[in-house]
Amino acid sequence: MTKTAMAMTTTQARVAASLRRRYAAEMRFRAYGILAICIGLAFVAFLFTSIISKGYTSFQQTYIALDIDYSAELIDPEGTRAAQTLQAADYEAVIKASLKEQFPEVEGRASLRHLYGMISNAGEQLLRDRVVAKPSLIGTHERVWLLADDHVDTFFKGQIDRKLPESDRPISDEEIVWVDQWKAQHRAELRFNTAFFTTGDSREPEQAGVAGALAGSALTLLVTLLLSFPIGVAAAIYLEEFAPRNVWTDIIEVNINNLAAVPSIVFGLLGLAMFIQFFGMPRSAPLVGGLVLSLMTLPTIIIAGRASLKAVPPSIREAALGMGASRVQMVAHHVLPLALPGMLTGTIIGMARALGESAPLLMIGMVAFIVDVPHSLSDPSTVLPVQIYLWARSPERAFVERTSGAIMVLLGFLLVMNAVAVILRNRFERRWS
Amino acid sequence: MTIEQHQHVTNVARDVVFNESDHSRPGEQVDTKTVGQVTVEAPVITARHVNVHYSEKHAIKDVSIDVARNSVIAFIGPSGCGKSTFLRCINRMNDTIPNAKVSGSIQLDGIDIYDRSQDIVQLRARVGMVFQKPNPFPKSIYENVAYGPRIHGLAGNRADLDEIVQTSLRKAGLWEEVKDRLDNPGTGLSGGQQQRLCIARAIAVDPEVILMDEPCSALDPIATAKVEDLIDELRENYAIVIVTHSMQQAARVSQRTAYFHLGDLIEVGPTEQIFTNPRHKLTEDYITGRFG
Amino acid sequence: MHSSTVVVVILLLASAAYQWAKSRSISLVGGTRGVRNLHSLPAYYGMYVALWCALPALALLGLWHLLGDRVVLQLVLAQMPTAFQQLPADQAGLLLNDIRNVVSGAVPMETARPEVVMAAHHWQTLSGQSNLAGGLLALCVAVLVGSLAVRSIKPDLRARNRVESAAEWALLACSGVAVLTTIGIVVSVLYEAIHFFHFVSPIDFLFGTTWSPQMAMRADQVGSSGAFGAVPLFTGTLLIASIALVVSVPIGLFSAIFLAEYAARGVRTVVKPLLEILAGIPTVVYGFFAAMTVGPLLRTVGESFGLTVASESALSAGLVMGVMIIPFVSSLADDMITAVPQSLRDGAYALGATRSETIRNVVLPAALPGIVGGVLLAASRAIGETMIVVMAAGLSANLTANPFEAVTTVTVQIATLLVGDSEFDSPKTLAAFALGLVLFLATLGLNIVALKVVRKYREQYD
Repeated sequence: MTKTAMAMTTTQARVAASLRRRYAAEMRFRAYGILAICIGLAFVAFLFTSIISKGYTSFQQTYIALDIDYSAELIDPEGTRAAQTLQAADYEAVIKASLKEQFPEVEGRASLRHLYGMISNAGEQLLRDRVVAKPSLIGTHERVWLLADDHVDTFFKGQIDRKLPESDRPISDEEIVWVDQWKAQHRAELRFNTAFFTTGDSREPEQAGVAGALAGSALTLLVTLLLSFPIGVAAAIYLEEFAPRNVWTDIIEVNINNLAAVPSIVFGLLGLAMFIQFFGMPRSAPLVGGLVLSLMTLPTIIIAGRASLKAVPPSIREAALGMGASRVQMVAHHVLPLALPGMLTGTIIGMARALGESAPLLMIGMVAFIVDVPHSLSDPSTVLPVQIYLWARSPERAFVERTSGAIMVLLGFLLVMNAVAVILRNRFERRWS
Repeated sequence: MTIEQHQHVTNVARDVVFNESDHSRPGEQVDTKTVGQVTVEAPVITARHVNVHYSEKHAIKDVSIDVARNSVIAFIGPSGCGKSTFLRCINRMNDTIPNAKVSGSIQLDGIDIYDRSQDIVQLRARVGMVFQKPNPFPKSIYENVAYGPRIHGLAGNRADLDEIVQTSLRKAGLWEEVKDRLDNPGTGLSGGQQQRLCIARAIAVDPEVILMDEPCSALDPIATAKVEDLIDELRENYAIVIVTHSMQQAARVSQRTAYFHLGDLIEVGPTEQIFTNPRHKLTEDYITGRFG
Repeated sequence: MHSSTVVVVILLLASAAYQWAKSRSISLVGGTRGVRNLHSLPAYYGMYVALWCALPALALLGLWHLLGDRVVLQLVLAQMPTAFQQLPADQAGLLLNDIRNVVSGAVPMETARPEVVMAAHHWQTLSGQSNLAGGLLALCVAVLVGSLAVRSIKPDLRARNRVESAAEWALLACSGVAVLTTIGIVVSVLYEAIHFFHFVSPIDFLFGTTWSPQMAMRADQVGSSGAFGAVPLFTGTLLIASIALVVSVPIGLFSAIFLAEYAARGVRTVVKPLLEILAGIPTVVYGFFAAMTVGPLLRTVGESFGLTVASESALSAGLVMGVMIIPFVSSLADDMITAVPQSLRDGAYALGATRSETIRNVVLPAALPGIVGGVLLAASRAIGETMIVVMAAGLSANLTANPFEAVTTVTVQIATLLVGDSEFDSPKTLAAFALGLVLFLATLGLNIVALKVVRKYREQYD
């Protein structure tokens, strides 16, 4: 313990001297990590609060109760009660009459236009349907809840500041007076917005719904699933279980990995030039959308499929082959059933991505204004994310709320799909020891 | 033994150890079932009643042993006997493993290394370690050796650092082989050279104890012989604890040998005595190749 | 006969053939007790025959439809008055379009010209006949080949091997779809891009600094001005992508480091999925968020500092895109960091290195190639991202490096040039394909390099 002991103590002293500085650096480094995570999480929180706070109001809509006089003179002056007459009758006039009756003091063109503009023109259709279904209503009175126009709705939800000067807000002073009056009489209230989930797109925000886009998304995803799942699983099986290791399979492999990283808009170009221009398929159709999205999802499914095939231990394959099974039998009886849950998880995640995709669908014309809910694979249609894009570009203030509402619906679907994938994985994932 | 009882024993052990720390050995007695001479004179490491649990598993059971200065002690035993686990306790490498719980006391120069006030960085600067598989950093040979001195601030300037690197490589017997290619990556060396580089890396920090976890198991016989020679030379300046699978190696390099069996320390003694005249049945069975 | 009915009938025939062949194979060896004498299980004989029954017939049907349309077209044209047959190519094309529209019902019969209506009628009769003939022929083939195959059943026929090799071929074909997709992309984009370069020279396109595709359309003067210089688009794309990387790389990297090296397991299992939510949000949502929330916010903040920030600034698009890429960077970096073997960390810890020293000096240098690969992949994603920039970056092709100004990107231009009715002979439309080609090549290059780096890195520690 002479010379070495001396050296030891100096070493220890030096180490001790460096400690303070080094632990400070350690704390700093750790703080950067925590900061980074906090920033990331703050973005998640910010995004969701921003969307939800803007969008939750879209699930409610303002309705106004009017005392409707189904006057025979206006609806059916000849008294025939013929279906055609009832269809063609001027129900707008019926609503106007009822409004006029309630506010007899309103005079002048401008004021009357304001008054009549308070009720959405969806009301006419509602009255028409009621009368056609039950002609005996003619000549009677009834209190009907009618959809308010979007600017009334926006005001009623408190999204317009009434202290602004009149010229700066979309609702005029006299309209505010009427709304307040209705409110006092309990003739105006917020109700659950069923129309949002049952109607297609519309130029009128209060009538616009996501049903058309949802149907379009469903049809498109159906095509995507039917094409990409079997092809993807088959390709994964071939590459993992049958393919010889040669140049050809190397090319396929590199190719799939690259394809997974090609920007989605390029698939849109392919769809436009190939399916629409060359093969003459219809524009805006879920069929073409589904084709494009399946080509896009295919690499994801193949990669996930291969990963879950790889996870099946070789001992199982050897056991099957040792029993005298052929390679196809080995795969079909043993490997595939074990790998299938993983493949399904990958497929659901791929489908979720396809559901949120919009760029390639813009290219193939699924961006048109379509009111009708599509029913077949070749009907012109749009999908939910594209609907969001379309509404986001609309200038009306009420569409901002619709857009956020549609985003909430979309995120809801994605949440469900991902939750299913997670459950599937937890339930069926096996740990091979 | 239940956890509570075990806790109690640990506390008692601490008191005992405290009394012992004036190094009045080897006459002093330790409460242990281990056969042979557990204590030595002026030990650098004193372990008393060490227990290690991995979640459910009781990996080390009440082990007490001393490590002497300037000598080599070999830990032998069948695989899974806990010798590596115990080795890793000595520089607290088990801290990196989640769920590992260590109790009992291990003292380095009379100071408990598991004490709250013990700084783990300082501890490891004093107790170096060489691993089973050579694990040079993906950096140059020079940087590999210089890394420890650099982070601990041991070299005042570049010349000092060069000096440390050269001495360490010389001590590790690698200098002649690599002096012309200090800038080449450490991963480019052969397996044996990599392991000697790792030893050089460890001694560059000038530790008091070097732990070696089967340092030759990944090496060929010639490289093994070189590393063994090196260990023998290093004994002059350091206390060395080596875990080995090979009884021949233990016999060649060590002065004392400890035999572990299923987490128990069965027997400790001078290497010659252990291999020629084991006192415990299990040790004898192992030495004579009845299992292992 | 509708072709879908034919397909259904063929499938029914095939399943009948399956049953027939199965029972025939059993009866050949004298009942179920003799099945050991068959080379394969009876079901394989069934499948063997069913495949022979269905596949050639379906192939024939497909081929008939592919070629039949052209033959019908030629016949219809031959029947038209000679005046129409001598029309110049473009007018003939229009005429053909009219006929197609009448046939498909897009244009009502009454409004069309009489000769078009006549041709349409002719078309309908002919294609009806053609469908009928094709369907019948396919059914005949199915019956004929199917019964031949049944006859070929012998106990030593290696039915299982035949069926299995058919299955393997089918699997191979499926894996070829990915290659076909790539070829399809290259061919379609390249073809239209070459078409575009007839109007505008590649030099002008790649190095021109003015982008104004509308000008060429206005005066109907094809390719008259140098309006197709794509440099502003390239710089705009790079500007936004670099902002995105500046945001996402440090945040992603540090969160990966923290989660992989510091965080307790509980924290990790909660925080990691939360961060990955960002990756699952559709880009259109980010676009809306950038345009409606971040853009105005930056504008207000900028004003309070006396800066003029365009409401569609490169900054807001880049910032939001960066947020989108964070989980991408962090999960790749996480993979790379966890792939660094524990022995290297142990080596550093055993020397007395602190955690951060180990990470900075040992783990990160070892993981660097992988991380670089990940960042390249992230860059390729940022360059190809469309919706965020379409909604938040705007259309003005400014040549600027100022992040507060509005810029446009390659993807924005592709989207805007092609949305709506596009005619495939105007340079405006074709320009989108030329841009698409550049985009495809750029991202392909990045991907290939990145994947190679990542792959090499992974092999290093396998």
